[in-house]
Amino acid sequence: MIGIDERGYYGEFGGAYIPEMLHPNIAELQAEYVGIINEPGFQREFQKLLRDYVGRPSPLYLAERLSEHYQVNIYLKREDLNHTGAHKINNTVGQILLAKKLGKKRIIAETGAGQHGVATATVCALMGMPCVVYMGAVDIKRQAPNVSRMRMLGAEVRPAESGSKTLKDATNEAIRDWINNPVDTHYIIGSVVGPHPYPDMVARFQSVISEEMKWQLEEQTGKPNPDAVVACVGGGSNAAGAYYHYLNEKGVRLIAVEAAGKGVHSGESAATSVLGTRGIIHGSRTLLMQTKDGQIVEPYSLSAGLDYPGIGPMHAHLIASKRAEPISITDEDALRAAYFLSRKEGIIPALETFHALAALEVMAYQPSDVVVICLSGRGDKDLATFIQHFDDYNR
Amino acid sequence: MTNRLDRLFAEKQDHILNVYFTAGYPSLEDTLPIVQALDAAGADLIEIGMPYSDPLADGPTIQESGMKAIQNGMSIPVLLEQIREIRKHSDIPLVLMGYFNPVMQYGEKRFFKDFAEAGVDGLILPDLPVYEYETLYQKAVEEAGLKMTFLITPQTEEARIRAIDELSTGFVYMVSNAAVTGGQGEISAQQTAYFERVAAMKLKRPRLIGFGISGHQSFETACRYANGAIIGSAFIRALSEGQDIRSTVISFVKNVREGAAAAAPSAK
Ligand SMILES: Cc1ncc(COP(=O)(O)O)c(C=O)c1O
Repeated sequence: MIGIDERGYYGEFGGAYIPEMLHPNIAELQAEYVGIINEPGFQREFQKLLRDYVGRPSPLYLAERLSEHYQVNIYLKREDLNHTGAHKINNTVGQILLAKKLGKKRIIAETGAGQHGVATATVCALMGMPCVVYMGAVDIKRQAPNVSRMRMLGAEVRPAESGSKTLKDATNEAIRDWINNPVDTHYIIGSVVGPHPYPDMVARFQSVISEEMKWQLEEQTGKPNPDAVVACVGGGSNAAGAYYHYLNEKGVRLIAVEAAGKGVHSGESAATSVLGTRGIIHGSRTLLMQTKDGQIVEPYSLSAGLDYPGIGPMHAHLIASKRAEPISITDEDALRAAYFLSRKEGIIPALETFHALAALEVMAYQPSDVVVICLSGRGDKDLATFIQHFDDYNR
Repeated sequence: MTNRLDRLFAEKQDHILNVYFTAGYPSLEDTLPIVQALDAAGADLIEIGMPYSDPLADGPTIQESGMKAIQNGMSIPVLLEQIREIRKHSDIPLVLMGYFNPVMQYGEKRFFKDFAEAGVDGLILPDLPVYEYETLYQKAVEEAGLKMTFLITPQTEEARIRAIDELSTGFVYMVSNAAVTGGQGEISAQQTAYFERVAAMKLKRPRLIGFGISGHQSFETACRYANGAIIGSAFIRALSEGQDIRSTVISFVKNVREGAAAAAPSAK
């Protein structure tokens, strides 16, 4: 069975490597999260919001033109059709309900692409709670539409000015805020990263993705299991949700697509499974990009949501144990997929998501295979980037 | 040889001044002169910070000093050499403080052994959890002869304070308030209530109060409730602004011990 032990380890990865200042909050979450999530009242409220507010179930769509092009059966799990346009809201709905049960009065979050920030600002508006979102100063520039959305929703966006001024640094600032506000604040982490119980908690909230995939595939193909599930991995939350109910199904290949930036070995990359080594980042023992001295390396990807120097401990375990197959996709491959695939299916996913779609160019499969791709989000936020590079790819 | 921390705590129970600075800051070769000046100025104990790219519990002052130190070329092997050199010149108790990832990459057991042999007396590794310490590392730390210090905060429950007191072999590090390092304000009534509550617990280990201790007044307040205090960010700010290391350090320590009036007689 793939899952955590009582201390939050997936095999050798996970745990809670946190300074003492965070101990009361983390210990409280560790003690309470499973009980709260499993309460029938919590589940009723969670399911109701997922249906009526988020718009779940999200469709599972047989992409016929794409399937014909690649000569395989491609299904797209349409997380882009969720309210706020990505999978991130599954987690924020769950965590805000949990924060309320714990009596918290203030919410903080980090964001890279801004999708998690928007999803957090949204549920905070819904519940009438104050919300502060930390976002790297670089990401504030490259994902401007989402900054405006967060402001519209009443959230305060605070720029992270340290380090590479991207997702890693926004996460550091959010953790520092939590240290400074230890009593009334809940930190809604946006991916399956951070100290235990976050990786498992976020995976549980995202597991609705594969829960739906099972019955949707059964309806459409007669079988609940595909041959492969493909998802992009920043921290790994959409992948964790898409894999969750298949983790112990040996016949289902799990394909983890990482951002190779300008090339895996170019020095400007975020391909953690290739470049990463064992260490600690944001409270979790996992694989991360670091110097031999243990300083965390600043990653690079054109996509703000994949620009993270680590991966969640579940993914480190899946990759180290060879349960998941990592694939690295460069900025160029992702952009090429963007211009090609938008026109094939009339869908413009997020730059992060195009990394997963580009994996079709390199992964091995049989023509009879059923491949599900987690369409983690929509691309409105990336239009400026797509248009900026448009002429280079459309000659 | 007795551990220098044991020696210090046997000799002195109050007004222990522990000064923190980041190794390799302001410049790479400043580690030794800073230690020598602190020793000469009358600091009791020095906490040498191992710079880290992502120091979660630290405010901007220590973050920036760490980034600068890394750019200057500071690393664990360089620091090891500097400690060996320091021990040719000074016998002041030394504690290393840093995040666990660089220790892991160096090799945990090799780290404990090499630094103990070089002359380090104790460790503070704030993001190493108690359980992992006990199950994986305690034996090696103790065999190397190093003293371990864990942190408590105003939010730490009594039973956990007791457990941390048991596990700490150096001193107990009392984080003064719920905040990252670098605060400069006065000490509040809420904080002194926490200091009193912990003092009344009669812990086995000496207590040093740190975070937000920035000068004579806050040092004196802390010393009323604990065996001493730790000054970090304020010292780093002084190093950033000062011209000559030795005179900066000496007047800083004098100021902390005696107050600004004594340290800097007015021009009149
Ligand atoms: C659309 C989309 N997909 C994927 C990601 C990457 O996150 P994760 O790996 O946690 O799914 C993001 C992050 O911002 C995103 O916005």
